[in-house]
Amino acid sequence: MNGNWNELIGTGFIIMGVAFDLLGCLGLIRFPDVYNRLQAGTKCVTFGTCGILFGVFLMRGFDGLGIKALLGIPFVLLTSPVGAHALARGAHLFGVKLWEKSTVDHYQEDRS
Amino acid sequence: MKRIITIIFAFAVWMMLTWNTHPENLIIGGIVALIIGLLFGNNFIHHPMKLLSPRRWIFMLIYIPLFLWEMAKANFDVAYRVIVSIFRPKNMPINPGIVRIKTAIQSEMGRTFLANSITLTPGTFTIDIKDDILYIHCINVPATDLETASRQIARRFENVLIKIFD
Repeated sequence: MNGNWNELIGTGFIIMGVAFDLLGCLGLIRFPDVYNRLQAGTKCVTFGTCGILFGVFLMRGFDGLGIKALLGIPFVLLTSPVGAHALARGAHLFGVKLWEKSTVDHYQEDRS
Repeated sequence: MKRIITIIFAFAVWMMLTWNTHPENLIIGGIVALIIGLLFGNNFIHHPMKLLSPRRWIFMLIYIPLFLWEMAKANFDVAYRVIVSIFRPKNMPINPGIVRIKTAIQSEMGRTFLANSITLTPGTFTIDIKDDILYIHCINVPATDLETASRQIARRFENVLIKIFD
């Protein structure tokens, strides 16, 4: 009985994770400039991937695979913001413009 | 001291990754952890004494659920904007821009955590840090002056992080 519940909730987490990953990818196509695309890319995809990993952990419990999935969560949480920061900073230093309807750009002001 | 902490940490991660207790597994893990600790011990952690204070650990335990809650909210917010953007490409519900905010956190580790937390929460992400100024790209700019923007974007994490890391 217990195992069935874990399986059910784990599947729920995996479905939610896949849904967020899908929305992240749609945002990556839909949003207008590099920075907004990174917003969708980092947030939805990080959360979705964490959901999938946590679902796998719930389904497997404390064995080799489950613990590996659980360890994956802090890795994704620590690395994806750093990657987003590096991409955004690189794009800005390279001169990629913000979307034309953007309101302010203090970074540009302080750099020049 | 720094190296010992690094070695223990590396060995714990190795044990969790492999998840069995064969003697040869333990020996290989010990050797690799030792090498990593000796090579990178100086870079991994700078103030080992901070690890011993229980107050910092308690605030860390407060911080983790706070962070997870904010992150879940962030994701529903961004997901909503994505869905609306798909159906209304002419008039997307976004108002992007880069604002600067100021932080009161002194330690480098604390600033790193603040920047990462901001990246993972509602419609904001960190582009660069120069000393105590962070440059944040917002999907929906709350305010352009330093004070209001800092309060709205960073304050909820800063109060806890400053107790953990400073």
